[in-house]
Amino acid sequence: MSVDADFSEENKDGGRILRFHGRLTLARLGDLPDRLDALDYDPVCADISDVERIDTVGAWILHKLRRERGTKLVGNSEEGERLLKQVASADEPAKAHPDQGNRFTRTIQQMGEATIEAGRSLKGLLIFFGGLLIASANVIAHPRRFRFNAVTHQFEVVGVAALGIIGLMSFLIGIVIAQQGAVQLRQFGAEVFTINLVGRITLRELGVLMTAIMVAGRSGSAFAAQLGSMKLAEEIDAMRTIGISPMEALVLPRVLSTTILMPLLGFYASVIAIIGGGLLSWISLDIPPATYIIRIREVVPMTDVWVGLIKAPVFGFIIGLTGCFNGMLVQGTNEEVGLKTTAAVVQGIFLVIVIDAFFAVFFSSIGWV
Amino acid sequence: MNEDVVISVKGLKNSFGEEVVHENLDLEMRRGEVLGVVGGSGSGKSVLMRSIIGLQQPDDGDICIFGEEIDRASAERELDLRRRWGVLFQNGALFSTLTVAENVQVPLREFYRNIGEELLDEIACYKVVMTGLPAEAAPKFPSELSGGMRKRAALARALALDPILLFLDEPTAGLDPIGAAAFDELIVELKQSLGLTIFLITHDLDTLHAICDRVAVIADKKVIATGTIEELLALDHPWIQEYFNGPRGRAATTAAAR
Repeated sequence: MSVDADFSEENKDGGRILRFHGRLTLARLGDLPDRLDALDYDPVCADISDVERIDTVGAWILHKLRRERGTKLVGNSEEGERLLKQVASADEPAKAHPDQGNRFTRTIQQMGEATIEAGRSLKGLLIFFGGLLIASANVIAHPRRFRFNAVTHQFEVVGVAALGIIGLMSFLIGIVIAQQGAVQLRQFGAEVFTINLVGRITLRELGVLMTAIMVAGRSGSAFAAQLGSMKLAEEIDAMRTIGISPMEALVLPRVLSTTILMPLLGFYASVIAIIGGGLLSWISLDIPPATYIIRIREVVPMTDVWVGLIKAPVFGFIIGLTGCFNGMLVQGTNEEVGLKTTAAVVQGIFLVIVIDAFFAVFFSSIGWV
Repeated sequence: MNEDVVISVKGLKNSFGEEVVHENLDLEMRRGEVLGVVGGSGSGKSVLMRSIIGLQQPDDGDICIFGEEIDRASAERELDLRRRWGVLFQNGALFSTLTVAENVQVPLREFYRNIGEELLDEIACYKVVMTGLPAEAAPKFPSELSGGMRKRAALARALALDPILLFLDEPTAGLDPIGAAAFDELIVELKQSLGLTIFLITHDLDTLHAICDRVAVIADKKVIATGTIEELLALDHPWIQEYFNGPRGRAATTAAAR
């Protein structure tokens, strides 16, 4: 006889009885539950004396048969009886999945929650900004509390260590801009304006913006993750009890480093992009490097350099601030660290782009076009 | 091969880089017993458990479970063996994006794809209630539960496939004394009704007294002794003496005697 769980039907004493055999276990269940459900009568009695082995799932099925159809169980082994008692005592109405509610109201609710959440983070960010200002004022009032070592360390991590990747990225962007510009401008016989395109767009916009995105991804996320895990390990609470202000010791050096380094990195990125563009102009447009540099100096106004340099520290500040802010928001679980790190990068890049748009309007209205 | 031996470990060696955790470790576990595994912090109790359940590749040695060497078994055979045991990890290791009941359903869905949704829900719910959680906990997410409830939920998942062998890694760690005692009671009750064999790592002396049939002591990179607490007390190994006869050990002994 096969060990799969099975049953046969018999007529006896004016009622129908089920005779189970095989192993009434999870592994051997097969389609038995479906077949039991499909029975169109209520069996009077179920004989389980031939069942070789039974586990809680088997016991549950028998228990359900007894509860829903009033079937009497006979021939149960001692072990089976114990299991049956165990599952019967665990039979309470319970739901396996959370209440989802109506899809429409759920969407509205989610929208509302997201709006409240966005407002709350903006408010939190402003409060955090205020806290940072107070901390800065304290440090200015007591210059000995300035953490010089922490700041130089952050300079290295945020700036020096990023030179390679930012250089490579900018170089490639310079090449791409020059190549696309050359292809499009050639249609009008105006390839020579490729130089204007590369020079102006990198110094004014892309150099700083792409660097900001890179710094947000590299350092903003790192700030959030570092501070977040320190918060979870109660290191930040420990600092507070010892009397060290986390704002001064952790946040200020980080925000300061991104604020000071962004203009440097942004300018560096623009120069490398111009070199990349120059290389492509030399190869595909036959413009020798010397001519290229002279043309760059002629067509790029000094205001473009200032536009980039004025925007960069603001971007750096925003990135450092959102990174640290989100890190300090972490509480409870490890999962939070991941969520807040993502939030730091998304908020950082989003705010940078929003502010960049304001800057664009501002600079063109003061005539720096 | 003795039918009654569920786990047998021979000559196990584990190391991380330069540091050797186990060397020449032997262990035998019999069917139907609760084997407590004790040892100082960092003595490799969890590593031993991870080696047995195949999460850690040992450097050397043979591990047989149900008389089969797991790392030599075919992938199919290994899966077949794997569903005969359940594991309760130290911090529960519940999947945070799923509700408690859905957590219990994960192994069921993985191994038995033909079970209907309705029966799956019913199985998950009775398992949750069986581990002493209120029925209302089933549709909740792990983050909404207290530490003790999370342990129970994790136990429900470990029991999902009706295993005959259960691994518990410090089940009472982080629970308050009342919760810990209740958890011990639950384990004893489930062991009796489900006929479980239990491999239990613990630091909790009360748990040792309350539920363990035998205790294995890990020290000096191997199992230095296995036996009932009385048998161990008769040995004069300094670590064992200090462990069971230290102030905490004595308190637990008197508590168990009462």
